[in-house]
Amino acid sequence: MFGNKLEVSMYRYNPEDDKFPYMKQYKIDKPTKDIMVLDLLNLLKEEDQSISYRRSCREGVCGSDGMNINGKNGLACITPISSVIKRNKIELRPLPGLPVIRDLVVDMSEFYAQYEKIKPFLQNETTAPEQERLQSPEDRDKLDGLYECILCACCSTSCPSFWWNPDKFVGPAALLQAYRFLADSRDLKTQERLESLSDPFSVYRCHGIMNCVNVCPKGLNPNKAIGEIKSMLHKNKKDIIVSDKI
Amino acid sequence: MNNIFTNNIKVKEYDALIIGGGGSGMRASLELAKSGLNTAVVSKVFPTRSHTVSAQGGITCAIASADPNDDWRWHMYDTVKGADFIGDQDAIEYLCSEGPKAVFELEHMGLPFSRFKNGRIYQRPFGGQSKDFGKGGQAARTCAAADRTGHALLHTLYQNNVKEGSNFLNEWFAVDLVKNSKDEVTGVIAFSIENGEVAYLKAQATVLATGGAGRIYASTTNALINTGDGLAMALRAGYPAQDMEMWQFHPTGIYGAGSLVTEGCRGEGGYLINKDGERFMERYAPNVKDLAGRDVVARSMVLEILEGRGCGENNDHIFLKLDHLGEEVLNSKLPGICELSRTFAHVDPIYEPIPVVPTCHYMMGGTPTNVSGQAFTRENGTDKLIPGLFSAGEAACVSVHGANRLGGNSLLDLVVFGRATGMHIQDELKSGGGVDSASKSDIDASLERLNKLNESTDGYDTAEVKRELQECMQNYFGVFRRGEFMEKGLQQLNELKNKVVNLHLKDKSDAFNTSRVEAIELQNLYEVALATAVSAFERIESRGAHARDDYPDRDDKNWLCHTIFDPLSKSVSKREVNFQPSKIEAFPPKVRTY
Repeated sequence: MFGNKLEVSMYRYNPEDDKFPYMKQYKIDKPTKDIMVLDLLNLLKEEDQSISYRRSCREGVCGSDGMNINGKNGLACITPISSVIKRNKIELRPLPGLPVIRDLVVDMSEFYAQYEKIKPFLQNETTAPEQERLQSPEDRDKLDGLYECILCACCSTSCPSFWWNPDKFVGPAALLQAYRFLADSRDLKTQERLESLSDPFSVYRCHGIMNCVNVCPKGLNPNKAIGEIKSMLHKNKKDIIVSDKI
Repeated sequence: MNNIFTNNIKVKEYDALIIGGGGSGMRASLELAKSGLNTAVVSKVFPTRSHTVSAQGGITCAIASADPNDDWRWHMYDTVKGADFIGDQDAIEYLCSEGPKAVFELEHMGLPFSRFKNGRIYQRPFGGQSKDFGKGGQAARTCAAADRTGHALLHTLYQNNVKEGSNFLNEWFAVDLVKNSKDEVTGVIAFSIENGEVAYLKAQATVLATGGAGRIYASTTNALINTGDGLAMALRAGYPAQDMEMWQFHPTGIYGAGSLVTEGCRGEGGYLINKDGERFMERYAPNVKDLAGRDVVARSMVLEILEGRGCGENNDHIFLKLDHLGEEVLNSKLPGICELSRTFAHVDPIYEPIPVVPTCHYMMGGTPTNVSGQAFTRENGTDKLIPGLFSAGEAACVSVHGANRLGGNSLLDLVVFGRATGMHIQDELKSGGGVDSASKSDIDASLERLNKLNESTDGYDTAEVKRELQECMQNYFGVFRRGEFMEKGLQQLNELKNKVVNLHLKDKSDAFNTSRVEAIELQNLYEVALATAVSAFERIESRGAHARDDYPDRDDKNWLCHTIFDPLSKSVSKREVNFQPSKIEAFPPKVRTY
């Protein structure tokens, strides 16, 4: 339809050689079958060894290859080129809002720091039974749509609130995990978790823009989880006021 | 990256160093983090990107949830039989009897297991599982978090390492072991992928937890990072590898893409059909059909294809039928599979079967260790511990999987032996154990390979050589093997050697230079491939995953043993299998049918 060549425009930056980042144009024979963006990158790298990007599982479960593909964040390994080609062209950029280490590789320290901040581990200091702690299937169902997060950062780096306050706004990915532990019937630190999120920034900088939902490659809904946290915070505040009056 | 020599290298010192941030590495580090020892985990990817994340179906363990009468001895029996009797029974006994403790610990750490109505952990049937030592019918022993058990397990372990404040050197790549003059291991040479900084990471204990090397084959379920780095480092340092001919081909890799489709699909009631729609496993394994051992199912599939009953235009794959299970079961029990199948096979399993082929999946061999994770070499026909060196998980061969691993036993292996290794190192170092320092020339020797690559001005292209290597292994050392073909393969491998040591690294930059990493990974793949090829050629029988059509029968008289590949002489010797469990009587070899 568009001839035999595909044009790939790629963000390039090597701190050792380049003063500024630039977009480099590659022309490549159009693959005969539909391939993933990651396959395309691998083909390009065979031609130009200097291209740098992260990848591991190549099947959408490890979260290494989040990047900005034709303006939208996604995982290169599960994005078929047919779904993103526009006018015979694909534009590849690093995830927005984080410092670039090189090419498509971003420094994720700030993203991970927010994850660590919400204490992403089960807290239950009661003596563990000899076997497992029991949990009803209904309670376990509450974790579906939460625990599956792969920490690819597609959501947080598509969120304008996170761009503005990456140090203070926890961001959709870590908030999803905050709720994953709030929702777990086995976790006993609900009160402490809520208190640590009650400042004006951690949760409340979410303005429901929904970019996170739009880009999540696993089909998760951080916005809904944030809504749940907000209503827990709200209820918690009311409870505190009531108990103060008593 | 300029050439590095001992006089300009940075030294970082630790008590224990864990190479690899997957399941076994992080289970070991968790144990050590609590001990107060100065420990670091060196991982070439952020830990949750490790291949453990791709495990789907579950972790097999006799926690007696699905069946309150379940018994670890039954699990042991299945594992010994599954291994085609060359798994070490002391190690299998430890795996199965310690297993429940390790699984309950994971649950206490927060792993979101699926649940039965009574609130206990959900367990599903997997291949090769039985009750009452094979006499009581199919067991359901695989503990699952939907079909994302590996993801749930890996994230839980990472989360608990965060909780305990473990020290991670993320996106650091270990290049080679450093040995002192007494042949003890004193750490590794590694570099930061992010900025190219090279360092000698010095340690009293070095654990190889680097996982498998499925990328030696062209078609594999393994992640791109599975390049056998730890095992290759050990081989280059002159330490042996055990049972390297034993590679598991998983029956159901997605045709074309290689992505894994869990055995749990068949556990939940799915089955394989040929082009005539026939459920052919009924012919090959009349009792348990699609839930026979993986080696048995994979071979049956290949035979169907070879005999012209494969599916598709080229009759070159098999269909996995799931639609009869219904939308509800598929969405609740196998949601990840539905997703993968739609993405990579363009097929919705709710309506259509998934095209699958046997695909390289798991390395049963590895660095030989005992149940405490201590690596050993061989001297005058006996085991000799290597001071300072440990290994766990897929990188190691403790040997619980023998000639064929049962589904769900890999996750159990990595938590049980990651934990055991951590506990042992703690005891050893706290009781004054440790190794001597390395000399300057020892360290220089370990820098040689990295320096050579950095100096290269011409030579061979990494991507091209890798393709040749993978195709050679795929063609000559696949599901079925034959002496004359393997000889050809070995010849090709010998020719490849020169290319592998003379790769041209065009890009010499320091910042996130993935082409440097890929070149070293290819050299690692080569070491593992060669060990595989030589061992496969030497074992002249068929056992478990090692199927030779020139020697189709199992030969217990000559080959009821491990193979030990010596990297210095490139030869194979035999090592006796352990038949001395401590709590029960050993299971003697018998004919293996399903």
